[in-house]
Amino acid sequence: MNPQAIGKPLTRIDGRAKVTGAARYAAEFNQPNQAYAVIVSSTIGLGRITGIDPAAEHLPGVLAIISHLNAPRLPYNPHKGGIDPSYGERLHVLQDDQVRFYGQPVALVVADTLVRAERAAAALRITYDAQHPIVGPRDKQAKPIAPEADGRLEADNVRGDPEAALASAAVAVDITSDIARQNHHPMEPHATIAAWDGDRLTLWSKSQFVANEQEEIAAVFGMAPENVQVICPFVGGAFGTSLRTWPHVTLAALAARQVGRPVKLALTRRQMSFTTGHRPRTLQRMALGATRDGRLTSIIHEGTGETSRYEQFIESLTSGTDFMYSCPNVRTRYRLVPLDTGTPTYMRGPGEASGMYALETALDELAYKLGIDPIELRRRNEPRIDESTNRPFSSRSLMACYDIGAERFGWAKRTPEPQSMRDGRLLIGMGTATATYPAMQFPASARARLLADGTAEIESAASDMGPGTYTSMTQVAADTLGIPVGRVRFSLGNSDFPPAPPHGGSQTMAAVGSAIRAACLAVQDLLVERAAANPRSPAHNMGKEALEWVDGHLRRKGGAASGQSYAEIVGAAGGVPVEATVSVARDPEIDNKYSMHAFGAVFVEVSVDPDVGIARVRRALGAYGAGRIVNPRLARSQCLGGMIGGIGMALMEHTSLDARDGRPVNAHMAEYLLPVNLDIPDLDVLFVDEVDPHVNPLGVKGLGEVSLVGMAPAIANAVFHATGRRIHELPIRIEHLLGV
Amino acid sequence: MSTDAEHTGSQGRSDPPARVTRRAALQTAASAVAFATAPASNAQQTGPTTSAAAEGSTIRLIVNGQPRTLSVDPRQSILDILRETLDLTGTKKGCNAGACGACTVLLNGQRINSCLALAAMHDGAEITTIEGLAKGDDLHPLQQAFIERDGLQCGYCTPGQIMSGVACISEGHAGSVQEIKAWMSGNICRCGAYAGIVEAISDVAKGGKL
Repeated sequence: MNPQAIGKPLTRIDGRAKVTGAARYAAEFNQPNQAYAVIVSSTIGLGRITGIDPAAEHLPGVLAIISHLNAPRLPYNPHKGGIDPSYGERLHVLQDDQVRFYGQPVALVVADTLVRAERAAAALRITYDAQHPIVGPRDKQAKPIAPEADGRLEADNVRGDPEAALASAAVAVDITSDIARQNHHPMEPHATIAAWDGDRLTLWSKSQFVANEQEEIAAVFGMAPENVQVICPFVGGAFGTSLRTWPHVTLAALAARQVGRPVKLALTRRQMSFTTGHRPRTLQRMALGATRDGRLTSIIHEGTGETSRYEQFIESLTSGTDFMYSCPNVRTRYRLVPLDTGTPTYMRGPGEASGMYALETALDELAYKLGIDPIELRRRNEPRIDESTNRPFSSRSLMACYDIGAERFGWAKRTPEPQSMRDGRLLIGMGTATATYPAMQFPASARARLLADGTAEIESAASDMGPGTYTSMTQVAADTLGIPVGRVRFSLGNSDFPPAPPHGGSQTMAAVGSAIRAACLAVQDLLVERAAANPRSPAHNMGKEALEWVDGHLRRKGGAASGQSYAEIVGAAGGVPVEATVSVARDPEIDNKYSMHAFGAVFVEVSVDPDVGIARVRRALGAYGAGRIVNPRLARSQCLGGMIGGIGMALMEHTSLDARDGRPVNAHMAEYLLPVNLDIPDLDVLFVDEVDPHVNPLGVKGLGEVSLVGMAPAIANAVFHATGRRIHELPIRIEHLLGV
Repeated sequence: MSTDAEHTGSQGRSDPPARVTRRAALQTAASAVAFATAPASNAQQTGPTTSAAAEGSTIRLIVNGQPRTLSVDPRQSILDILRETLDLTGTKKGCNAGACGACTVLLNGQRINSCLALAAMHDGAEITTIEGLAKGDDLHPLQQAFIERDGLQCGYCTPGQIMSGVACISEGHAGSVQEIKAWMSGNICRCGAYAGIVEAISDVAKGGKL
């Protein structure tokens, strides 16, 4: 492959569609004769429904009011997608009178217009027998449990004797942290338009995983998956909330069947805080022991995340701690607290974002206790291999990240003592932290089709929630085929395409990119066969080994002739397009041989106003070692976005629950604070030139998650440097900083 | 707007809502519209909406230069008219409560949150949406600048950002990076494309392309 497109900062291929309003998101595929459904959400946090007043049925335009009283019993055949919790069972919507959490869908109003459906939903009177829900992990009645072993994540890991090592450590820190529940709040609310044609169901539905949505809805309704099609060419942000298929998709399909018309169902912003997952609140303890010269001798990490009563949502909260630093005695323990809430789900940087907060703020604390620079402390504990598995890293550029990051950021200008830097009356602090996220690659498939006009069509049921999948995959296909990007058309977001894994976990580039590359190579092989079979082709009767592809032309190896173009080969055989569909999975040997992660070093400068306690990020820099960067322009944007998500996590985001009934009290965008333009200062992104020959054929590790991880602890560390106050609770708020 | 609407509406209600929710504001605003459109002699008897009385006002809008005569439910926002009636889906619904800016359009040249603007209260208005910005195949300079500066990721807030940016420049609020940030802070971008958004607006403002 002769890289012409890969590595180039191309602008977005879908940019024009997005800046003109032509890009259609799920709720925008308006259908003829379409009706509208509005979900009625429970106003209690636990209990049962005792009555539903049918009077709203008579309001103008109402076509149906569906509740557990009249909804058909749905088959809900067993289905576990790769992103569903292994233990427990999804919410079966409108199947019984039980209310399990605040905001659970309890009825659905269908009307001929949106405004009439909203009116009738507001008028619907529901009575309940309410009980008191337990919604806080610190509630005395909340009981932690060990998650069931599911083969994906070990809850308990130990090497050496960390307790004894901690007790005998020359220097130790022992901290706890409490990180708030967060909601993804993508700009586009969840939405589904459902249309039945006999036994066939079409769903235009917001999804990061159309292949799973197809299978899940088929299971819920007891249908053959081939009778369900899910279409989603654009995702208006998601950050994890559209990985699973939540109850509203079932409700849209149910409503459409019930009223015999296409039905559009969009969640309200408020409902985005109820049934579509959240980053679980976590409680953590992190204890570190070290020698006087800063060698770690003990790490104990105990982390607890909230989950629902009906499913065990697990994430890699403690996983980063297992391998991040060199230490002979390490224990990590992960627990869950089932609560009367909806099931949490993956949110950008799931697990690591919260777990690395505990590790990196504790390490900063240790650096102060030792009087060692925080970067130097990390350097002294840089492992040579992954000590939790005894495997080498496929590549690890953490120290290179610290080196180039510190240089560019001007870390040397930092004076180490807390409260030692000022700008007028503002306290200034600089902090740093490590970021990491695994370089995963789930099986993926793609189809490549060469047409008689010499253009290529590429298809995969992948997704693009913003990182630039359309663009980067086009670059991969163009380079593999040796043609300009303008001759490649890549389509995604359709369950009729070859299946792709969830668009999450920072592995779309690795998984789908590898599949597209393989499909392009496979179609080239088919074209070689076709050319060899053609008596008029210069490649007639020649084997693959005697031929080569150069800039989109097939020629004799080392030959001087320019060879035959795609158009010529396809055209010579009557113009019938040639296509290949290929599935690619990572060789399990690679997983057994290497520990594969992206790494980064994050630097932050904050100011704290000592009079009013406001902390603001003044500038920040992220330096990442994430393998090959396919498109530097888009990669930079993605990293900036991750860093901004980290600013939200550190200083703003907090879904606050009313302890009386579990109601999210700030379930709207005015009071669920997230970063706006004025909150964001100059941010800088650097990439280490990292070549990883092992991780996958493209050498890519993914950026979406690692760019958020590390930001929150770097901010907290900077706040400590500015103020001398260690905040163990996120988000850091004014009340934490009053009187500094 | 909601304050006015509630004030007017409460004259016709025996039970004004204790606190103004968006829904209450809409409902009371609807009754305000019922006042406006009902014959004068009936006005004092017109209570909070009976839907039959409230539905079916006819208004005229000029949308992207095209005159439209529309039968609207008085509770309908301009946003819902655009998206659900006119199939102009470029204007986005993000929060439906005026807190995110995704629904920003120009109304008589001013940027507004179209989710908070009741269509029935803007008879005769000229509305420009993202679909009306390009001239045929020629993108508006700010649309082009958003592509070049990568001022977008998922694209969902983008139409609102661009409409808001066009107004930010024409208002004279794009004189510095800090000023742009302040005057663009009503448009949330959850993907975090703020740097590119500011650069794009700054480029166009400096280039005098508007």
